Amino acid sequence: MSTVRLLVGTCKGAFILTSDATRRQWTVDGPHFGGWEIHHVTGSPVDPDRLYLAQWTEWFGQVIQRSNDGGKTWAPVGNAFAYDGAVGTHLWYDGTPHPWEFKRVWHLEPSPTDPDTVYAGVEDAALFRTTDGGNSWHELSGLRRHDSGPQWQPGAGGMCLHTVLQDPSDPNRMYVAISAAGAFRTDDGGQTWRPINRGLKSPDMIADPEAEVGHCVHRLALHPSRPDVLFMQKHWDVMRSNDAGESWHEVSGNLPSDFGFPIAVHAHEPNTVYVVPITSESEHYPPDGKLRVYRSRSGGNDWEALTRGLPQQNCYVNVLRDAMTVDTLEPCGIYFGTTGGQVYGSPDGGDTWTPIVNDLPRVQSVEVQVLP
Amino acid sequence: MIRVALPTHLRVLAQAADEVRLDLTHQATIGEVLDALETAYPMLRGTIRDHVTQRRRPFVRFFACAQDLSLASPDTRLPSDVTNGTEPFVVVGAMAGG
Repeated sequence: MSTVRLLVGTCKGAFILTSDATRRQWTVDGPHFGGWEIHHVTGSPVDPDRLYLAQWTEWFGQVIQRSNDGGKTWAPVGNAFAYDGAVGTHLWYDGTPHPWEFKRVWHLEPSPTDPDTVYAGVEDAALFRTTDGGNSWHELSGLRRHDSGPQWQPGAGGMCLHTVLQDPSDPNRMYVAISAAGAFRTDDGGQTWRPINRGLKSPDMIADPEAEVGHCVHRLALHPSRPDVLFMQKHWDVMRSNDAGESWHEVSGNLPSDFGFPIAVHAHEPNTVYVVPITSESEHYPPDGKLRVYRSRSGGNDWEALTRGLPQQNCYVNVLRDAMTVDTLEPCGIYFGTTGGQVYGSPDGGDTWTPIVNDLPRVQSVEVQVLP
Repeated sequence: MIRVALPTHLRVLAQAADEVRLDLTHQATIGEVLDALETAYPMLRGTIRDHVTQRRRPFVRFFACAQDLSLASPDTRLPSDVTNGTEPFVVVGAMAGG
């Protein structure tokens, strides 16, 4: 029987949760790197025991750890993220030019074909790549050097590159998302990039309705069988693109709020999408104190609330952008972690939920691996 | 020999004992001690001072012989009680938060 392994990053350490394929009984291992903020832990698709972890504190900065044995042991690897060439400026919160400064890694995205190749999305927004298992990192500076770069501006959480999607059908095509610049696509392996934000509306933030950049994209998702169809949870609005980001249309439909952070696609049903609405940009908790995952089986617009096993009163947690994931078992498992330290799992595509663990620190990321 | 006391997080990261001992025989400067520390424990690079600028990270402080050396130039020579191993050079995570 398969083993399911959840990799959970929290603001005070990493945890590894393990179950068999029934996904009913879980063991909890951790904290790893207790006291450090773990922004992301993830594994290589081609070697699941090869794990990468981004740990950070305001005091001691960024450290990257690698495990070659599924998290039993770890070793620090390279943590030098030096921007390529002249740094230049972006806009600061007050609209004045501000030099790019590396602060931390938000997201690690391992290559689907090579366990030594990993992309890192960082703050201030840039994309780095290692091809030697994390020992050295080099910027793909065509993104930061895009003509619009000097106009990028941070969101409330900083100017972070938080999403990296690789097109499984085309190794030269990748998508990234930056708060609050927007979504970008490369078709040449990361050398050049262009914004793909047509159709996004951000009237509270941008006066120009045709603005190429300046959109606060919170998360992108795609299904590997249909990589030209993208789903987006934006600051406000849930969006969909059918043409690899050339244009977007809103699919928020009957959601109680279209503000939120994570978005995920079912592993076997490319038109089934999950979001976790929260009340508003200033109220980062579920509407009416009810924790509800919303599922659309039609690729958006028609959404149903999934509530069985989730708290339906007095619940005021949030689910952050990297804290929801799906496994590849049948039926598909869905998992998410909250800012209140709970990790919930559903072994049946979202129909029923149980808390896997209740009292972790604030959960910042959740990834899942299915091991043979 | 110079003794360096590290904060808990960096001791764990370096897999070091309570104090690190560096084989420096002359009256070393702050910068030389940090260079030697990072050579002996390369996983500490970037955690005490910036990789590129070599500036002390804002929430890291340096003390020796009851003196706060955080703002001293990297070229500042350490007191002889530190360079002869009587007192440690202390790296501290600054107090922050409520």
